[in-house]
Amino acid sequence: MRTGRLYIAVATGGFRRYATYRTATLAGVFTNTVFGIILAYTYLALWHERPHLGGYDQAQALTYVWVGQALLSAVSVMGGGFEDELMERIRSGDIAIDLYRPVDLQFWWLAQDLGRAVFQLLARGAAPLAAGALLFPLALPTSPLTWLAFLIAVLLGTVVSFAIRFLVGLSAFWLLDGAGVAQIAWVTGTFCSGMLLPLNVFPGALGEVVRALPWASFIQAPADVLLGAADPLPVFARQLAWAAALLAVGRMLQSVATRRVVVQGG
Amino acid sequence: MAETAEAVEAAEVAEVADTAYGGARTYGRTREGLRAYRLITAMWIRSAVAYRASFVMTTLGNFTATALDFVAILLMFSQVDTLGGYRLPEVAFLYGLSSSAFGLADLALGSMQRLGRRVRDGTLDTLLVRPAPVLAQVAADRFALRRLGRISQGLGVLGYAIAALDIDWTPLKVAMVPLMLLSGGAIFGSVFVAGAAFQFAAQDASEVQNSFTFGGQTLLQYPPSIFAKELVRGVTFVLPLAFVNWLPALYVLGRPYPLDLPVWVAFAPPLVAVGCCALSGLAWRVGLRSYRSTGS
Repeated sequence: MRTGRLYIAVATGGFRRYATYRTATLAGVFTNTVFGIILAYTYLALWHERPHLGGYDQAQALTYVWVGQALLSAVSVMGGGFEDELMERIRSGDIAIDLYRPVDLQFWWLAQDLGRAVFQLLARGAAPLAAGALLFPLALPTSPLTWLAFLIAVLLGTVVSFAIRFLVGLSAFWLLDGAGVAQIAWVTGTFCSGMLLPLNVFPGALGEVVRALPWASFIQAPADVLLGAADPLPVFARQLAWAAALLAVGRMLQSVATRRVVVQGG
Repeated sequence: MAETAEAVEAAEVAEVADTAYGGARTYGRTREGLRAYRLITAMWIRSAVAYRASFVMTTLGNFTATALDFVAILLMFSQVDTLGGYRLPEVAFLYGLSSSAFGLADLALGSMQRLGRRVRDGTLDTLLVRPAPVLAQVAADRFALRRLGRISQGLGVLGYAIAALDIDWTPLKVAMVPLMLLSGGAIFGSVFVAGAAFQFAAQDASEVQNSFTFGGQTLLQYPPSIFAKELVRGVTFVLPLAFVNWLPALYVLGRPYPLDLPVWVAFAPPLVAVGCCALSGLAWRVGLRSYRSTGS
């Protein structure tokens, strides 16, 4: 019970921490909107050539663009959140203090990251989506149940994203400078999440592969739930499976790291 | 705090002197600025190359990350033959020009994005008291040679486009390609400088300039025919990004521009670039003069 309250406090802290930077958030909303407009026109041209490409009609394709922009920071597709801090703490040796704390390292950061995600979804998600709905004819659902299912898919996508970024952070135990790994994670996340282009537009075997990978949980899965292009339950099941597997790997790696690696000190 | 006020005052006095001495003085300052820029970048290059493996990896990373935009275009063309009436080599031509011109500006001035942070934590004061132009110091700060990755992938795509296109090359059209890269780089460069000037006022809002730099680059990678007329008008007459590649490249490709414009505008990019540089230089001066230190 007490630990539950602790993690809620940590999550609230994560929320507040990001909520502090109001101007930066507004600037982010503006940038998401500009990119959304540019992408929307490229998608319009693409769906004009090939109506029903990837099983979407034009309005659904446009909605996909704006859902992608709305989720970009909440699901942290490009990284740059807590994992940078974790890597810095490992490099500097501060991680020793974290490991002494009577809380679990992975859950601590998960709680913090979920707090961040809630703020990013409210602030940087809702506003660009509203702007998109004003500028373009979107296919947004009216049923509150669909929206609820969408939020569950976003939550699960954030957990999968966290689990991957936790692994990225832990890599610093061995590499010390995690910049290279972070960059690989950035490129993979951008390519495989469906941020460049919906994954169901990817051709042939490449499409099959990217749709099966964990990154599909980031944007493609929530978008498909919102657009009614996929049955929610199997989507949740796949996201849950990836979240559980990746969190377990993170847990394993964490115990190996703390047992075998000598903390940097000075 | 008092020291900074003095430094700003000194800069203002120097500027008054500047106008008094006229052209010769401006020429001297430009040369001084370029020298400072060269010295500082040389230092950062030496420090980057010291870790050779890390340098190679980050440059490759920059290459891959910036090439993703073209991968998206390739994926689109795996489904369609034309986009907005343009075939893949034509879009690749636009992409290569946009990406390389932006890469040049990003290499030379990309560090200016960090100015907001310096304004916030007050470290800009250090630059103000050094005997070198502030613009040169900010531009050269943490110069990142790995940004060559973006230029090389842009030039690679441009090379592919030129090989794949069936253009009736004339000496004029050949000369226009390097000219587009240089004036395009200068236009994007002035967007970086104007964006930095904006950060004196906005501080935390540094991300807004990404809309015009990275966003502009993305916009120019696609043919103008797919965008709404108002948007095309905006980037032609308000923020003249269309002069980076759209107008001159469509002349080379022998394609019409969506707005009714005379043919000679295809040759205007160098002039537009000079105008942009002058305006952004002015914006930079206004921004720098408005700077008041954090006081902490």
